[in-house]
Amino acid sequence: MKNFSYARAENAANAIHLISQNEHAKFLGGGTNLVDLMRENIEQPDMLVDVSGLPFNHIEALSNGAISIGAGVKNTDLANHAIIRDRYPMLSQAILFGASGQIRNMATTGGNLLQRTRCYYFYDKAAGCNKRDPGSGCDAIEGLNRMHAILGASENCIATHPSDMCVALAALDATVNVQGNKGKRVISFYDFYRLPGNTPHIETSLQADELITSIQIPPLEMARNSTYRKVRDRASYAFALVSVAAALEIEDGIITNVRLALGGVAHQPWRAHKAEKLLVSAAVNRKTFQDAAEVELKDAKGYGHNNFKIELAKRTLVSVLSELAESGGAR
Amino acid sequence: MSIMQKIMATVVQFMPDKDADPLTHKEGYVGQALNRVDGELKVKGEARFSAEYPFENMAQAALVYSTIAKGKITFLDTRQAEQSNGVIAVISYKNAPKMQDPPVFKAGGESTGSAGSSLPIMQNENIYWNGQPIAIVVAETVEQAEHAASLITVDYKIETPSVSFDALKADAKTPDDILGEPPKIEIGTAEKTLAQSVLHIDQVYHTPRYNHNAIEPHATIAVWHDDDSLTVFDPSQNVYGVKRTLAEIFSLKPDKVRAIAPFVGGGFGGKGSLWANTALCVMAAKIIKRPVKLVVSREGVFRIVGGRTLSEQRVALSVNKANKLTALIHTGTTAMTAHNYFPEQFSFPARNLYAAENIYLHQKFVRMDTVANSFMRAPGESIGTFALESAIDELAHALQIDPIELRRLNEPEKDPTKGTEFSNRHLLEAYRRGAEKFSWQNHNPQPRSQRDGKWLIGQGVASAYYPTYRFPASARVRICADGTAVVSASAHEMGMGTATVQIQHAAQRLGLPLDKVSFQYGDSDLPESPVAGGSNQTVSIIASVTAAAEKVHKKLFALAGHHADSPLSSLKYEQIEARANGLYSKDDSSQGETYTSILNRFALDYVEAEAASDMPVEIQKYSIHSYGAQFCEVRVNEETGETQVSRWLGSFDCGRILNPKTAISQFRGGIVMGIGMALMEETLFDERKGRIMNPSLAEYHVPVNLDVPHIDIIYNDIADEHTPLGAHGIGEIGITGAAAAIANAVFNATGKRVRDLPITLDRLL
Repeated sequence: MKNFSYARAENAANAIHLISQNEHAKFLGGGTNLVDLMRENIEQPDMLVDVSGLPFNHIEALSNGAISIGAGVKNTDLANHAIIRDRYPMLSQAILFGASGQIRNMATTGGNLLQRTRCYYFYDKAAGCNKRDPGSGCDAIEGLNRMHAILGASENCIATHPSDMCVALAALDATVNVQGNKGKRVISFYDFYRLPGNTPHIETSLQADELITSIQIPPLEMARNSTYRKVRDRASYAFALVSVAAALEIEDGIITNVRLALGGVAHQPWRAHKAEKLLVSAAVNRKTFQDAAEVELKDAKGYGHNNFKIELAKRTLVSVLSELAESGGAR
Repeated sequence: MSIMQKIMATVVQFMPDKDADPLTHKEGYVGQALNRVDGELKVKGEARFSAEYPFENMAQAALVYSTIAKGKITFLDTRQAEQSNGVIAVISYKNAPKMQDPPVFKAGGESTGSAGSSLPIMQNENIYWNGQPIAIVVAETVEQAEHAASLITVDYKIETPSVSFDALKADAKTPDDILGEPPKIEIGTAEKTLAQSVLHIDQVYHTPRYNHNAIEPHATIAVWHDDDSLTVFDPSQNVYGVKRTLAEIFSLKPDKVRAIAPFVGGGFGGKGSLWANTALCVMAAKIIKRPVKLVVSREGVFRIVGGRTLSEQRVALSVNKANKLTALIHTGTTAMTAHNYFPEQFSFPARNLYAAENIYLHQKFVRMDTVANSFMRAPGESIGTFALESAIDELAHALQIDPIELRRLNEPEKDPTKGTEFSNRHLLEAYRRGAEKFSWQNHNPQPRSQRDGKWLIGQGVASAYYPTYRFPASARVRICADGTAVVSASAHEMGMGTATVQIQHAAQRLGLPLDKVSFQYGDSDLPESPVAGGSNQTVSIIASVTAAAEKVHKKLFALAGHHADSPLSSLKYEQIEARANGLYSKDDSSQGETYTSILNRFALDYVEAEAASDMPVEIQKYSIHSYGAQFCEVRVNEETGETQVSRWLGSFDCGRILNPKTAISQFRGGIVMGIGMALMEETLFDERKGRIMNPSLAEYHVPVNLDVPHIDIIYNDIADEHTPLGAHGIGEIGITGAAAAIANAVFNATGKRVRDLPITLDRLL
């Protein structure tokens, strides 16, 4: 690990001030990903600005029915919060399917959004990786790419975003509240992440001086009938091959509202807009679900080892939707 | 087989059996489910492992690894590292002292070495594999050493490595021998019989590379003394191997080297050889003239410690109308390097498990530019039983016959390839008891016949098999005037319960209470134990302790028997036995005296004796092996292909069980490893660079708790009349047959036969 300086931010303004002083500075939350990457010499910040002491550790129900989650709220606390478990079960489940108890006790909400990919070639400094070292190529495209993206990838990068929590947040239309030198702004989850394109090293629309202060989830009554399904290579402590966050509302056999997002398939939590569009107002049956899966995965592309993910994603989508339809989608 | 071996093999057939050991069938400490004697220390965190010994002025080291598989270093810049904070020395081929090439392990060979590879260690600019250590940095702290290591820059002249198994396998060679056994066995005309047979199967199976991931990484402390002697703390399964191999590398007399391994945090074969890290740590300590600690990182263990070779295996079987095997063919190819010799004995199970009219077994190997492959729990038998026991199941399905019945019909009466008598084979009894306990009669052989919603359910069964080895060993027994005894042997405790079982045995052998007997081990200054490998250690040491105990008893008797005051003076040695803290007449419970009484009479603090075990001729005279029947149930998600193991029963036939508690742990541990092998474990190897891409426990998957159901274990517990205490080795057999049982259960659940491990969900979509 390279030497670095460390500062504990006193408040948000101080954190932003500190990070603005040094272009190689990074915010430190729980450190569960950043510190690992520093130990591997993949991340080599000159300075860490510790924001874990800032007062962003509350979960609040707002008067309009939305939920505000402080960026410093620990994953464990978020997953176990009564409101989250009750109103947004997919979010609680997604978090609990991720990492391990010990890691969730440390990991923060804001940090979870900024996790880096688990691509083997990103982690190996001997490999070409445009995300780690722009212009060095992508060794994953013709390499061991079983874990890699099937949607939205580019010829420069086929990495996936590893978070489970963010898949649920994408489905729930969460927004990200950030604060920087130019003041505060709100970024929709959809706009927060970027596809790799020619700049896979730039993963979000967050500016260098911007600090995530909270996440907001809009009120969504139908999310009470939601679930998160994670398909992986072992029962725990493995990243998703494919995951699905879904909420479904049905009236008289017709889908009135649906939320769908996929994990493990793209450079970002993949909101399944195409499938959602097809599903709304459609009759509830297996054929509908299959059509929705087909349309969402229509442009999917495999790179060899990960070809199976296309079929797996379709099957998992259909399975989750069928389960939700059975378990109480009807009202 | 050499001429000498052939002569020996013939001679031993005419040698009489040893007298039965009276303890083999005696009730006592042996056979009891006693707690581990080191359990409390370990639970409290007080058991001290190699890297935990404190030394004043100790420096810390870190390694730099090559990132190419073959070529030469053309440029190596260490200046920045040398100037980095806290750095004491940066050593590479440019400034490393002259060291001899390590003597490599070769079973059945003349070498006494135990190195995993014979390659020179940091002696020249040549690169032989991707991950080879190319520099070692020594600093005041480990953080300083690791950081400085990251500052070293290197350029290479890259040559094309041989790293593609598929490209090499057409030119595979036959090895000279496999652990001293012939690489090829041909009885009758198997291929011809197979070709003419109507009822046959002929399939190819693949197993991937696996890497060692013991919880304790390889970690060494090296301390040179003023007299140029050396003490090394090293988590080894073979402390005498470390001692001798280091002595050769550093041109020392072996008695100048002491290797200490008090506790080893898991070995599984990965610590059976000496790897470059140990020698590099010793070299660094020599250069800076201070104690040096080198803890290899998790990635480093993947890079420099060899694991299990990949394999391609063909199994072909044919039967006659009575469902008796007419041909049994098991051939295939593994990978070694040019600098080690370990062909991975996958054909061993087929040499023993089945009677067949015609048998053809043939192992070949290719040479690759990778880290040297090595022992990994049940090397050979684990992957060999996957192929063979999958094939037996395929045949049973094709014949529409119960797979246990097929095995029963082909149970051999004597060793099928050696022709020797079985010493203690009760595999069918293990099947009978296992089938009953597992309710195998409820199993529906029709694939896809059982389901629970989306989950397809299936059961599978497979034979477990592992040879029984016994190697020469020495031990010392000291009986003290205070009524205690100390047993010493260089032995190894990797968590199996070595000390516990040896204390059980010695206490009973000496007639002392358990808490009066202690066992010293893990130190090459103690009498020599063999490598803790091949599941041999327990019986090997018991044989040596038996010999040493007899010698001590004879010494005591010589004292007492010649003294008129002793109640033993009227007896002959043959008339006495050890019990109740002393020596007593076998016939008269009151005639005799305690050790304390004997020793006090002569004002002696203790008597002691060291002895070597007798030659293990029983291994050549008889066919002695461990067996088992693995039963499991799996649930496979019909939509996603995810597989869960929902039930397990291991029914073992491994002679007498010396301590049910530690033995069951061993069986279970092997089965857990087998579940990993079947469903998830795999080294991801990028052939473009010959590089391992998942050198971390996050991406190299071993089972987590949720992947493992409760594992039921039963065992026959039938003593072998020809082995020490009637016992067989049990450390490795648990993993054997496990992957096949799962593959067979997956077939029963889904109708899909997966012949390539691991059975990840994409293979079931």
